[in-house]
Amino acid sequence: MIYNIEYETMPREALESIQLRRLQATLSRVYATVPFYRRQFDAAGISPADIQSLSDLRQLPFTTKQDLRDNYPFGMFAVPMDNVVRIHASSGTTGQPTVVGYTARDITTWAELMARALAAGGATRGDIIHNAYGYGLFTGGLGVHYGAEQLGASVIPVSGGNTKRQVIIMRDFGPSILTATPSYALHLAEAAEEMGVAFKDLHFRFGVFGAEPWSENMRREMEEKLNLKAVDIYGLSEVLGPGVSIECHEAQNGLHFFEDHFIPEIIDPATGETLPYGEPGELVITSITKEAFPVIRYRTRDITTLNPEPCICGRTMVRMNKVSGRTDDMLIIRGVNVFPSQIESVLMEIEGVEPHYQMEVDRKDNLDILTVSVEVSEEIFSDEVKELQRLSARIEKDIKETLGVSAVVKLAEPKSITRSQGKAVRVIDRREM
Amino acid sequence: MKAEQISIFLENKAGRLSEVTGILSDAGVNIRALSLADTTDFGVLRLIVDDNAKAEQTLKNMGFTVRKTRVVAVEVRDQPGGLHEILDTLFQAGINVEYMYAFVQQSGNNAVMIFRFDNLDEAIRVLTENGIAIINGAELYTM
Repeated sequence: MIYNIEYETMPREALESIQLRRLQATLSRVYATVPFYRRQFDAAGISPADIQSLSDLRQLPFTTKQDLRDNYPFGMFAVPMDNVVRIHASSGTTGQPTVVGYTARDITTWAELMARALAAGGATRGDIIHNAYGYGLFTGGLGVHYGAEQLGASVIPVSGGNTKRQVIIMRDFGPSILTATPSYALHLAEAAEEMGVAFKDLHFRFGVFGAEPWSENMRREMEEKLNLKAVDIYGLSEVLGPGVSIECHEAQNGLHFFEDHFIPEIIDPATGETLPYGEPGELVITSITKEAFPVIRYRTRDITTLNPEPCICGRTMVRMNKVSGRTDDMLIIRGVNVFPSQIESVLMEIEGVEPHYQMEVDRKDNLDILTVSVEVSEEIFSDEVKELQRLSARIEKDIKETLGVSAVVKLAEPKSITRSQGKAVRVIDRREM
Repeated sequence: MKAEQISIFLENKAGRLSEVTGILSDAGVNIRALSLADTTDFGVLRLIVDDNAKAEQTLKNMGFTVRKTRVVAVEVRDQPGGLHEILDTLFQAGINVEYMYAFVQQSGNNAVMIFRFDNLDEAIRVLTENGIAIINGAELYTM
């Protein structure tokens, strides 16, 4: 179902004229109200009035995560606090948290976009949504929650954690839509299995998974283990939270970008140059309807491509492909660019290996050492040491062939790899640069 | 003729082995024989116990990767050449021993060895034909 037919299937020309009008209004407003943007535009010698077409956007300077941190906590807000009705913040695990605000209208916009997203993911009024995204400062829980209510579905605000209770609720309430991080969804599958609850006996039809990148291989695994159709949702708190783009369940091929609210660009992360459709690079987003926390050319650090081809679902908005990596997750190991997602693909190619892994990078005698721990599932456990050694040798060989870098593979006990608040800890980099 | 052995995947970390023995002790499972094959990173603990089902389930519940394997318990004359006799017989028949370890208890005057073969049925046939005594599972667990 398409929640907002008028906007989601709008012809390109009409959409672009709306985008330009909204972009111009946003630029005038941030120039007037946010000292940071005024300084940035002045330094670049650009005034909002210079932006006369959408392609003029690329003349504007970028905004980075560091800029948001420098203006901690409320320096980037474009409205007085009187008009801010909600505050969210990033976890700040990699440094100072970034704080974002919403006006009442921002909350309404967000609910609309999440209603669109859930509808694209297969949800309708009659559905019961088991929302296992965390509620709190993290945008996932409340983002889905408001969208579900806007759509008219019934939402179970179960949040993250207390997994056993979640399994009981899933069994007893019969929810039809699961919303969670992909790693927590797989954790739920494990917990249910241990409790003797089979997902095939539950009522799930669709799962809307996001907040961390996941691969096509993980889609296959989730669809099989959770017995549902899995779609990817994208968003980040700096821009909105979940609901920036969404895969439709019809095609499951690229995430429709809500371009009437955000303008996406792909740039070369090294040069900052805008790249044409189809070329991989860093996603940059400009919000064009946000009131409290607009962002201009925000560098997401996510690596993807944009695809303008029409989609079988009828939506006309450009699709971004699944995020294939992070510019800052990218590890440079002995001069080779390595993304955790590549390790994941290697492991999924080996039958029986669950994609629970962790990469550790150390530096010994000026040499980078990559160690990949892989959990041993029952399917691949052999009681002959030589079989296990053959397995780890094979993973080492496949990593070397696919990534062009050698790794030491360690077999680990099930569930021994750290999972933090539902998010798997994939990379530990102990090198001191 | 075959006996059941349970194998457990262990990381090479301090205290892991005692955790397993602790779990089995709490479950009231008696370990009859044991062998540990280890590498620098991990080990495989192989056990003959008096209650396989209970041991397997308890360890699984505690999050261990457990697997059941079929092995053969063979009586070995407790004197020089006793083991060689058996190994030679197997070698002549072209049967490979994957691993072997000793059982704690004696069977009468004979020692007992646990064997894992690449071809279990063929190994049993050869041993039996050569008059070598095999102890069946049920008897072994309670010996």
